[in-house]
Amino acid sequence: MNKGQKVNIEKEKCKSCGYCIHFCNKGNLSLSKAVNTRGYLYIEFNDKENKCNSCALCALMCPEAAIEVYKEEKK
Amino acid sequence: MKAVYTKPISLTETANSYCPGCGHGLVHRLVAEVIDELGVRERTIGIAPVGCAVFAYDYFNFDVTEAPHGRPPAVATAIKRCLPDRIVFTYQGDGDLASIGTNEIIHAANRGENITVIFINNAVYGMTGGQMAPTTLEGMKTTTTTKGRDVKVAGHPLRVSELLSSIEGAVYIERVTVIDPANVIKAKKAIKKAFQNQIDKKGFSFVEVLSPCPINWGLKPLDALKFIKEKMMEYFKLGVIKDSTNSKESK
Ligand SMILES: Cc1ncc(C[n+]2csc(CCOP(=O)(O)OP(=O)(O)O)c2C)c(N)n1
Ligand code: SF4
Repeated sequence: MNKGQKVNIEKEKCKSCGYCIHFCNKGNLSLSKAVNTRGYLYIEFNDKENKCNSCALCALMCPEAAIEVYKEEKK
Repeated sequence: MKAVYTKPISLTETANSYCPGCGHGLVHRLVAEVIDELGVRERTIGIAPVGCAVFAYDYFNFDVTEAPHGRPPAVATAIKRCLPDRIVFTYQGDGDLASIGTNEIIHAANRGENITVIFINNAVYGMTGGQMAPTTLEGMKTTTTTKGRDVKVAGHPLRVSELLSSIEGAVYIERVTVIDPANVIKAKKAIKKAFQNQIDKKGFSFVEVLSPCPINWGLKPLDALKFIKEKMMEYFKLGVIKDSTNSKESK
């Protein structure tokens, strides 16, 4: 579901393999401090500097299909 | 905002049971994306193996049945022959396909069954705890080769794709991997072609995926990707191994 962010991560599905962190060219993804209900740290998306270009490399590498990517529509 | 990537419809909401960084989840996703894109979800039937992917029926949002260890090609043959309008594929590990099921896959290929086979080569028996598989690399440590695979005792790792390429009935065989975005895109393209061939009635199509099993390799997920790049790809060369789809009339 689109929650207004470019990258939405379903944290309960995440197993912190780290593929998305590694392949994001913008360094926008990082591991959480808390764990999800299955005991895994999960990935958090933080795009404070608005660098995300919705390339979706994170989603492309996700073995859990836990990442959805959106882009701003041209006005 | 506009969607760039969303979960394929052909995957259920169920969280999978695979270990962190396992290639199975990634390849499931690619198969699901391809089935979505080809618009054949409602007439697709998958056959799950015995191995870590044994629960594939819970993860795919289309019909999936389950075969005894190594026998998915026989079950796929029966289903495809009885229901020729269905899109039938097997999804098998290297213990399943290249060990106990070697006979089945060779004869299904030789009969030229019009099915698609997705072959997950992770160089070990994953589900049972990381024993040597026919595809285990020389010198690679597993729970049954604690000093590394000795080829004098266990033989050399089996290159299944090359083995099958000598068979007339096999029309398309490609080896891919999922270690980075470029390779994931290539892997998806190969999987799509293997399904398109079936739709076009071209015959037996086979995609081997070099796939990480971080847990049983004793490596972190990113190091497992590196292991594929530096070790597995040396021995198991990527690329199209056979493609006679253009010369084959559809039957
Ligand atoms: C007839 C039979 N023999 C042996 C087994 C035990 N067994 C379960 S899974 C497996 C091997 C799985 O390895 P692989 O096919 O490589 O799949 P992975 O788990 O690595 O995905 C074996 C030998 C079994 N279930 N049935
Ligand atoms: S044991 Fe290996 S193949 Fe099985 S789920 Fe874990 S990583 Fe995947």
